Amino acid sequence: MIEVKNLTKRYGATVAVDNVSFNAKAGEVLGFLGPNGAGKTTTMRVLTCYLSADEGNATVDGYDVFDESVEVRKRIGYLPESAPLYTDMGVIDYLKFIAQIRDIPKSQRQQRTKEVIDICGLESVIQKDVGELSKGFRQRLGLAQSLIHDPPILIMDEPTSGLDPNQIIEIRNLIKDIGKEKMIIFSTHILPEVSATCSRILIINDGKIVANGTPESLADRAKGGEVVDITIRGPAEEIESKLQELNFVNEFDRVNTVDGLLSYRITSDKGKNAAEELFQFVVQNGWSLTELRQESVSLEDVFLELTGESDNREVAA
Amino acid sequence: MNNIAAIFKKEFRSYFNSPIAYIFITFFLVLSAWFFFRGFFIINQANMRGFFTVMPWLYLFFVPAVTMKLWAEERKLGTVEILMTLPIKDYEVVLGKYLASFALLGVTILLSLSLPIAVAALGDPDGGPIICGYIGLLLMGAAYLSIGLFASTLTENQIISFIVGIGLCFVLLIIGEDIVLFNIGSAWLASVFSYLGLGTHFSSLLRGVLDSRDLIYYFSLIGFFLYLSTLRVQMQKVG
Repeated sequence: MIEVKNLTKRYGATVAVDNVSFNAKAGEVLGFLGPNGAGKTTTMRVLTCYLSADEGNATVDGYDVFDESVEVRKRIGYLPESAPLYTDMGVIDYLKFIAQIRDIPKSQRQQRTKEVIDICGLESVIQKDVGELSKGFRQRLGLAQSLIHDPPILIMDEPTSGLDPNQIIEIRNLIKDIGKEKMIIFSTHILPEVSATCSRILIINDGKIVANGTPESLADRAKGGEVVDITIRGPAEEIESKLQELNFVNEFDRVNTVDGLLSYRITSDKGKNAAEELFQFVVQNGWSLTELRQESVSLEDVFLELTGESDNREVAA
Repeated sequence: MNNIAAIFKKEFRSYFNSPIAYIFITFFLVLSAWFFFRGFFIINQANMRGFFTVMPWLYLFFVPAVTMKLWAEERKLGTVEILMTLPIKDYEVVLGKYLASFALLGVTILLSLSLPIAVAALGDPDGGPIICGYIGLLLMGAAYLSIGLFASTLTENQIISFIVGIGLCFVLLIIGEDIVLFNIGSAWLASVFSYLGLGTHFSSLLRGVLDSRDLIYYFSLIGFFLYLSTLRVQMQKVG
């Protein structure tokens, strides 16, 4: 449904999107993941015909985004980052304005407006001006305008940014619901979001696609070793010298010592069932075990590995 | 057509949803009435010459205020990103916005018709110059608006848009004024400048003759700046 081939977009000397190619089919929920400034927004802007590209081409439903942009725009609903809306309009007036330009026949405008108000939960604010709305409601109104013509493709740029946790969950659920019928492309730099909602993930860094796959297949890629957090009560020196001797342990760090409780973070080789082995090891030595936890290898690791910026950890978490 | 109408309606309502339209209409009418009555009873003639001659200068400050937000605000708010990804052609947006600003000016000029009615009640004016003067007001206003709209496409800052609009209008106005024409020296250049001046053709309309050359001038100027605005909007896609 969407085909992008060798797309390149430059702003002066900086290359925002660098030779990007990907496809997306109907029924997919595609997540663009990447640090800020990676080129997610620019890619979306090219797909929505807001920006032209310098090289390459993109088609939506067989229509070229440069040469047949009006046809492309008819098929896409677009919610730009931070949902820019006319603050001096009423909520209903705004939706009617969009409906008119979207060429929804006059007889159906009322009906469609009502439908998107229901879908996006806007009933309580229909009397208000856009300028009076809170961030969450603006985001919903932005979503409503992108859905009003029932487009087969929905593109959303950071739809959950700036929302509180409850609103984020609501928007995610909305995306899931809508994604059952439509193709959705959305961008985020929040990792749990993509694993929660996407059927496929594109990780973008420095304008390039560095990974493309389902959340599961990407998580598999990152499983180099296993990380186990363990807390033991016992003699520190003995524990550490014996840990050193264990052949599946790659490295260990003492993270904490509280009242004789020693906490370690242990990195082991792949596929060694380190948690089980460590349990046996502690029991055999007659120490007591107060905590044993296997860190699940997550998208976060893939993301950090591929984008290669360890200082992103906080943002990503 | 449908798209132009949608944009027109949205922009026109937006003028009246905010204080802009009311402030504009009120101050424009108060000032124009003051310029009218200032000399009217002293000169004691039933015409509107004094009123018409200040209008190019009054427009200079008022008209760019009408157009300054049309594109600048869209870009500032980011709403241009939704607008330009709707299935609409660039020129349709430009025309819709332009026509909305023209409608606001039209309403204002319509309201100022109380002045010629007062003149007609107090004396026996020659209708020709007044009717042509009003046609001139609309045409010249439309030209100022197209320049102001173009200025608004240049920036996302409304104040810059306003000042650049005034600047462009001022240059086009002043080159046709005597003070410039007398100092040019070259008669050929003077005639070109005089032809291009925004006020020259207005003065010629004030004589009470509807000359096609004046109409052609205003229409081509409007077309030229609307075309520039559309180009500028398209250029923004290149980023």
